[in-house]
Amino acid sequence: MPTNPDPKPDDANPGDPKSGGTASGAVPDRPPAPKDPLAPNTRRIAGGLMDPRQLVTSFPGALRKLDPRLMFHSPVMFVVEVGAVFTTVSAIIHPSVFAWVITVWLWLTTVFANLSEAVAEGRGKAQAETLRRTKTDTVARRLPSGWKPGTRDPVEEQVSATQLRLGDYVVIEAGQIIPGDGDVVEGVASVDESAITGESAPVIRESGGDRSAVTGGTKVLSDRIVVRITSRPGETFIDRMIAMVEGAARQKTPNEIALNILLASLTIVFLIAVVTLQPFAIYAHAEQPIVILIALVVALIPTTIGALLSAIGIAGMDRLVQRNVLAMSGRAVEAAGDVNTLLLDKTGTITLGNRQAAEFLPVEGVGVEELADAAQISSIVDETPEGRSIVVLAKERYALRGREEGELADAEFVPFTAQSRMSGVDLTLPDGGIRSLRKGAAAAVMRWVREHAGGEGAAVGTATRAAGAIVDGISASGGTPLVVAEAMTSGDARVRSARVLGVIHLKDVVKEGMRERFDELRRMGIRTVMITGDNPLTARAIAEEAGVDDFLAEATPEDKMALIRSEQGGGKLVAMTGDGTNDAPALAQADVGVAMNTGTSAAKEAGNMVDLDSNPTKLIEIVAIGKQLLITRGALTTFSIANDVAKYFAIIPAMFAVVYPGLDNLNVMRLHSPTSAISSAIIFNALIIVALIPLALRGVRYRPSSASALLSRNIWLYGLGGLVLPFVGIKVIDLIIQFVPGLR
Amino acid sequence: MNDPLAGWLQILALVVALALSFRPLGDYMAYVLTSPRHRRTERLLYRLGGVAADADQTWAAFLRSVLAFSLVSVLFLYAFLRLQNHFPLALNTPAMDADQSFNTAVSFVTNTNWQSYSGESALGHLVQMAGLAVQNFVSAAVGIAVVAALIRGFTRQKTDRVGNFWVDLTRIVLRVLLPICVVFAIVLVASGVVQNFHGIQPVMTLSGDMQSITGGPVASQEVIKELGTNGGGFYNANSAHPFENPTGFTNWLEIYLLLVIPFSLPRTFGTMTGDRRQGYAIVGVMALIWAASVAIVTANELHSVSSSAGHTAGGMMEGKEQRFGIWSSALFAAATTLTSCGAVNSFHDSYTPGGGGMTIFNMMLGEIAPGGTGSGLYGILVLAIVAVFVAGLMVGRTPEYLGKKLRGQQMKFASLYILTTPAVVLTGAGIAMALPGERAAMLNPGPHGFSEVLYAFTSAANNNGSAFAGLSANTVWYNTALGLAMLIGRFLPIVFVLALAGSLAAQQPVPVTAGTLPTHRPLFVGLLTGVILIVVGLTYFPALALGPLAEGLR
Repeated sequence: MPTNPDPKPDDANPGDPKSGGTASGAVPDRPPAPKDPLAPNTRRIAGGLMDPRQLVTSFPGALRKLDPRLMFHSPVMFVVEVGAVFTTVSAIIHPSVFAWVITVWLWLTTVFANLSEAVAEGRGKAQAETLRRTKTDTVARRLPSGWKPGTRDPVEEQVSATQLRLGDYVVIEAGQIIPGDGDVVEGVASVDESAITGESAPVIRESGGDRSAVTGGTKVLSDRIVVRITSRPGETFIDRMIAMVEGAARQKTPNEIALNILLASLTIVFLIAVVTLQPFAIYAHAEQPIVILIALVVALIPTTIGALLSAIGIAGMDRLVQRNVLAMSGRAVEAAGDVNTLLLDKTGTITLGNRQAAEFLPVEGVGVEELADAAQISSIVDETPEGRSIVVLAKERYALRGREEGELADAEFVPFTAQSRMSGVDLTLPDGGIRSLRKGAAAAVMRWVREHAGGEGAAVGTATRAAGAIVDGISASGGTPLVVAEAMTSGDARVRSARVLGVIHLKDVVKEGMRERFDELRRMGIRTVMITGDNPLTARAIAEEAGVDDFLAEATPEDKMALIRSEQGGGKLVAMTGDGTNDAPALAQADVGVAMNTGTSAAKEAGNMVDLDSNPTKLIEIVAIGKQLLITRGALTTFSIANDVAKYFAIIPAMFAVVYPGLDNLNVMRLHSPTSAISSAIIFNALIIVALIPLALRGVRYRPSSASALLSRNIWLYGLGGLVLPFVGIKVIDLIIQFVPGLR
Repeated sequence: MNDPLAGWLQILALVVALALSFRPLGDYMAYVLTSPRHRRTERLLYRLGGVAADADQTWAAFLRSVLAFSLVSVLFLYAFLRLQNHFPLALNTPAMDADQSFNTAVSFVTNTNWQSYSGESALGHLVQMAGLAVQNFVSAAVGIAVVAALIRGFTRQKTDRVGNFWVDLTRIVLRVLLPICVVFAIVLVASGVVQNFHGIQPVMTLSGDMQSITGGPVASQEVIKELGTNGGGFYNANSAHPFENPTGFTNWLEIYLLLVIPFSLPRTFGTMTGDRRQGYAIVGVMALIWAASVAIVTANELHSVSSSAGHTAGGMMEGKEQRFGIWSSALFAAATTLTSCGAVNSFHDSYTPGGGGMTIFNMMLGEIAPGGTGSGLYGILVLAIVAVFVAGLMVGRTPEYLGKKLRGQQMKFASLYILTTPAVVLTGAGIAMALPGERAAMLNPGPHGFSEVLYAFTSAANNNGSAFAGLSANTVWYNTALGLAMLIGRFLPIVFVLALAGSLAAQQPVPVTAGTLPTHRPLFVGLLTGVILIVVGLTYFPALALGPLAEGLR
């Protein structure tokens, strides 16, 4: 007997109100089909381009950030600012062109650092502004505290949305704004969520199930719902979103802290190196003015990365926001880069949402075209994706023209019901006889054949046995069999015959390019685990076809949780997506839990990211963004440190060649004069910050590849580049400023 | 004497000998540090000392044991030196002054062996044997014990225990250092190194002058001086003295002895972590820097000769022994400054600016190529952590080394470690240069004089102990300042290393995947070498510019 004849939806499938059972009894429409799931493979992860005007508009913000209390958070830039204060005082006491050039450029260095942060924040601010506009003070229609769903005509009171408390019930009707985050407890409505998702098509929100969550600030378009408020005022989803995109809630992430420690210690080392240089210099009869010593410190400490560090962090969050993913903390973004294991739901992520007809398998004695024709006719009115796929397959493979509903005269369509578990058509033949075609679950169709078979029991037995073998074969390969049968009744209803024609092989269609994606992830050291409600047989077949590393079949929320725990027990970081309330514990347990925006508020609360597009494939992109964020920091740190070599070759000979002429041999760039050399180094140091702002905001180029390949590429580019570039840059600046009188 | 073929052959023989010892010695030390079994003599010692030998310590307890042991050692040695005239075999030497006793006691306990006295005239035999030589053994063992704790930090998981200091110390002395020393002391005696209890012997020289020559138990001290990378000579002239180092063979053997443990410890590291390739990578970095350094010193001494006498001799022979010549002297100089040994067979003060500058730079690298016994490996591992951190970010993951994540806490300890020595060196030299009296202790003017002071503080803070000469360092100020530099330069880094070990041991390891930064490939060897050279080079470049560079660049 067929093992799993009933093609039920495999994954936790949101109960779509529109879904009715159809011929194949298969999955109803899933919410927004993932857009373009494969393209990121070839597309590089990058944010938008920087508009040069942003530099100008962010300038006032950059000046405001010069407040030492703010600067103190970045030890490197704080040292520069203190140095700038000293040189200013010194330049006032002993004015000279050189002293003022250094002073001005030191101030510019700090301003440029702040500018990078201001520009990064500015992009988020624009987004926050749009969000704030939706957060106009709405009036809520609150129901009395004792209200229970189902109560008729309750007394309402009008309160401001800010007065709503956890657990309050509010009524919203068509045209009104939902006053706060909550769950629908009564009714069903279409809601315009474009304010947060940017998606203009309305979505359905209804009580119960996994689509009950509504977000404050969105608009009800039709019907009436009652919502139980689940957030405190000021802590709503939109509030958090505004805080995140503005960077107000930004805290230093673990890697940022570690990097800051390293940068601070390098700063201290160079401070000591320069402070102790003065007694050495005095001994050498080359006492240095304070301006030059400060210039040397600023040139040596890692200002480039110090200046851009916070912009890189903000921009990383921003890149997620641009992809409609909202991270609740920077920590989560960083964890995404570290993920070892991805738990991916089968449906919608690995396979297209629906099964599709792949093959027609006739029983002996029936032509494949005959089967295809019967299958097509029985599917004409079947609007499910499975039904459509049968029509398409028949047309493409056997050139059977798709027939329209009206084309078949005297056809009576038999819709799918949960009881009959099959659908089909009854055709009245010209002689008054009836030709019935049925397709559906094997057991149901076989029973139907036996009932209509009349006297030819033995023949029917053979045919059903043959079909049974095909059905078993399909089930074993992980597919879903649909049996097609035909019954003929003569006009006088005396002659009856029925026979099985064959089987349609429905199978899950793995999205194109997924195997390559998984290979790529494997190269990055990430293991993929497919989560599915299918039986192990089906799961294995799809897992093999898609090329995932492992699968979890017949998965319950508890299984998922256990899997996450065991992976974490081995020191691995786990990322997953989820939308249902029963996903919430697993989302909370996972290191990166991406909740779908269509999901319940419990899921959104539990995860540390929310995908506004509700596209589970995006998890892969999130991982890439996390990695890119870390790579950008590492690359600019390397660049910054490598820069120092050239600066030494500019500044040290300038300081001491007077007393030790041999040291002029170190002046490999042949810089014009000591003052022009030092000025060039400082100017280069400041300008490189501005030059790298776009890179910091965009992130360095990242293509998924192995750690070795990434490392060697980045070392050559940013290590060697950082070594060579300043030699060129300082020389060019020197060629220009040597004409400034006073720097000769 | 200056025959290039002989020079190349001895380097080749040295490399072969070190390569042959790498595996057996490294694996043997790993066995000694991990074996659960105690020997009978060890059990007896533990019972006498009240040590719970089977109980591992937390990193803090381990540290307390290291510090307590070292403090007692300093006090004991200080008292010994102050009271040496009351003991037998004192050879009528007077008690040492307070400041010099402090300096000497600290110097030997910290494995530095900076000597502001001359051994043959200032010390009796008993204090040399029972005071200094004992510290030569245990201070070397302390270094290995500390690196053992750090390695356990990598290998263990979710524990606060990093090993037992007393067990490590006892086993390293009894099972590693003593047996090797007995064997090679006999070899040295057979090769002409003296070993007796003779006092001062008046000798009539060929030219008819009278000369006082001190005998003593030299060979037994000579061998641990090298093997433990201590460097404190029995005689003032150290390994240039014919009683300490009579022939080309003993010279070669001493270089081998001072390199063999530091170069074998990476194997111990690889074996204990269960991934020998990691050990090969580390030893690769050490060997690369060592080879470059030997090449630079030798080339400078052969070719950058400034004196006319040097041109006649075919190399810079000033300050070098005739019986060793350029090649053996340069090889010794590079090896002794790259380990924290500090024994010398020639005077670095008289080297060319390039060669002498290189010996300073060698020490500035932080004694990591291959470095002191134990301290070399933990030093390079800390630098590896910094390299892995930067490189790890560049592959897009939270950096991890040997499965342990490098986060704020780890970076804090690693950064503090790296900060300590440059801070001590530069601050010490800065203060010395700012004080007119201390500047006067320099025997040379100009950049060379500055190099002498820079060398002294670099040597002390990095626990090398060799002297550039040319600096009258036996003053209250230098004895005290350099003593403090040695103390801070030794124990502050140990604090950070053990804290790091504790923080690593507490972690759960991360599994290795294709996304993990590989730390055993040539790329990483190159990267780590680059990080070491750039981080150190950048820190000391201004100071070097005013010393050796100013002197050497014309």
